[in-house]
Amino acid sequence: MMSIYLDHAATTPLRPEVLEAMLPYLTEHYGNASSPHAAGRRARQGLDEAREEIASILGAKPREIVFTGGGSEADNLAIKGAAWAASAKGRHIVTSGVEHKAVLYACAIMERSGFAVTYVPVDRYGQVDPAEVDAAINEHTTLVSVMYANNEVGTIQPIAEIGAICRRRGVLFHADAVQAGGFLPIDVDNLGVDLLSLAAHKVYGPKGVGALFVRQGTALLPQIQGGAQERQRRAGTENVAGIVGFGRALGLAQGNASLRDAENARLAGLRDQLLAGLRDVPGTEPTGHPTERLPHSASWLIDGVEGGDLVAALDLDGVEGSTGSACTSGSAEPSHVLLAMGIDPDRAHGALRLTAGRGTTLADVERATEVLRSKIERIREQVARPNRVASA
Amino acid sequence: MARVVAAMSGGVDSSVAAALLARDAAETGDDVVGVWLRLHPDGGEGYEQSRSCCSPDAHDDARRVAQLVGIPFFALNLERSFEERVIDAFADGYLAGATPNPCQACNQYIKFDELLRRGLAAYGADQVATGHYARVEERDGRFHLMRAADANKDQTYFLWVLDQGQLAHTRFPLGELTKPEVRRIAADLNLPTADKPESQEICFVPAGDYRELLAERRGYVGEPGPIVDAGGEQIGTHTGYAHYTVGQRHGLGLALGEPVFVQEVRPASNTVVVGRRDEIAARSFAVEGRRFVAGEPPSDRFSASVRIRHRGAEVPCEVTVIGDERLVVETSEPVWAPAPGQAAVLYDGEECLGGGRIARAT
Repeated sequence: MMSIYLDHAATTPLRPEVLEAMLPYLTEHYGNASSPHAAGRRARQGLDEAREEIASILGAKPREIVFTGGGSEADNLAIKGAAWAASAKGRHIVTSGVEHKAVLYACAIMERSGFAVTYVPVDRYGQVDPAEVDAAINEHTTLVSVMYANNEVGTIQPIAEIGAICRRRGVLFHADAVQAGGFLPIDVDNLGVDLLSLAAHKVYGPKGVGALFVRQGTALLPQIQGGAQERQRRAGTENVAGIVGFGRALGLAQGNASLRDAENARLAGLRDQLLAGLRDVPGTEPTGHPTERLPHSASWLIDGVEGGDLVAALDLDGVEGSTGSACTSGSAEPSHVLLAMGIDPDRAHGALRLTAGRGTTLADVERATEVLRSKIERIREQVARPNRVASA
Repeated sequence: MARVVAAMSGGVDSSVAAALLARDAAETGDDVVGVWLRLHPDGGEGYEQSRSCCSPDAHDDARRVAQLVGIPFFALNLERSFEERVIDAFADGYLAGATPNPCQACNQYIKFDELLRRGLAAYGADQVATGHYARVEERDGRFHLMRAADANKDQTYFLWVLDQGQLAHTRFPLGELTKPEVRRIAADLNLPTADKPESQEICFVPAGDYRELLAERRGYVGEPGPIVDAGGEQIGTHTGYAHYTVGQRHGLGLALGEPVFVQEVRPASNTVVVGRRDEIAARSFAVEGRRFVAGEPPSDRFSASVRIRHRGAEVPCEVTVIGDERLVVETSEPVWAPAPGQAAVLYDGEECLGGGRIARAT
């Protein structure tokens, strides 16, 4: 049985063009990009070209791109690096309650080190009100961090508006664009960001590679000490093949805006089909913003069902989905994102997320919907949890 | 074709049980799904200091075994039920002056109830398999719970609570094997759990000291109270009644001419009664919350044998059925320290008939 993969928000398959671009750097171009000899120069060239490609997509300078070991590392470098570097000016960070744990836990560590952190609330769709950010900024604030799009419910934040506020108030602005990076415009000037996190594997690139855009002039305390790589902002021999793959992958995803928008429109059609597929099932409710959401992401609360049980049931019938975040699966705690959206903890256990991708077809979506409906019905019938089964 | 959910703890027994099911799957047409039960939290949030502890290791081991034997593997979260049905019930048992039986509660409410229900529902499974040493036989239209072939390992003492509906969906792949055979199979299959030591402690009381748990979960720190002898005379002081269990000898702080044991724990007066070895043996005791595997007792009065602790001696007895939920058990020879709250499990030869909880003497 061929599985239907509907978990593209967790990770994406490597595009063949990306693999092809990477292969020479896994075989003949094995040099260390810091070495002066020919082998090193070849590796350096791959690195430089990837940096240029990514910078041009961001509307940034190549020197403003810091490659990291992934999106979480980029988030940690942004929060800790910028907050520490600006700590003489103030020790207050503003973020939201629906951020990825890479941001939330980096903030928690800063709190332990004596920084104050304000978590601005979100509405029931998971959206931040820019006015709340404005109100949270005080004379001690040095950094605001709000994600571009949410990984669990797909809600897109008003990043440009928050960016304008941060500029006006004179504080740094970081956006975690790990989920948005493949879909939404990421011109850093239009967004008004000083720091922006990206991950390769969410855009059909390899795992273990990310990038942090750091606007020129932004002070940053490196979080990994060692050699002088990445202009002394991230030590460690560069993952050249991974970075080359990242450059190719982001170029394919974002290089042609009309191709990107056409694929977004196709994905939005599949997403809407998924959402429509449960509309008449009682006790189900879509989560996230009705319109301001990532094109590939459908998510629900399903009463009377434990999200993890449903994911297992779907998997055994060849449909691969998620409760919302692969990073926290298996946990007893309901999603912090859903709780921040004001959803009752008991209902939050019934979360499901299906995310389409380049290989997803309408037939896949139809089949997945059929399996999903039958599994919900079976679980509700057989697990006697009467107090959890609500009627719509 | 049946789908079997193999509950995998990360120990050698459940690893081999899953491996045997997977090995036989080709022949039987069964479809095996491995499940690790997350029963209690395993450490702090991601920004807290990391510490290694048993539970992530157990998860890792179970997952590796599932990979090696080639079955899908999921983690099933049962923390909420386990907390209520097992951990809190355990604390409440001690506070009521009884000796709780958490492994039996886990079988009754978690493994053979919630896992069974959710396994049937989520995984479309027909059966749940565990690494218990016991056997199920289907005969005369009924399911019989039988002792394991390995008498040393037999775990029916913890399984007597299972009823017909549960046994119909239960498999014990190790029932015909001995422990050395199980270890040999694990070694032959190169399972990473082959040499894992036996777990002896209560899984949620890792240090074996439950007093901290009583304080944490129920705010019980214990108040000093009298230790009295059978005549009611105070001969010492204890740290709080719930810190003592019937049959306990050590930790009483008494220096008498002969060994004494806890005979009774009285919560209402915060009193611990002790007695000499012969004083705490009994020839008759009452049992409450009776359950029979067959659904009904064999008759109103019947002969059987009884065991009042895991691996304890089995003693012939006469059982009288009283009312809707009680039994009176009269043994042919004295049994040592029947502890309220502990199970009295009845056998007819190789068959486990059922049992109940030992009641407080009235």
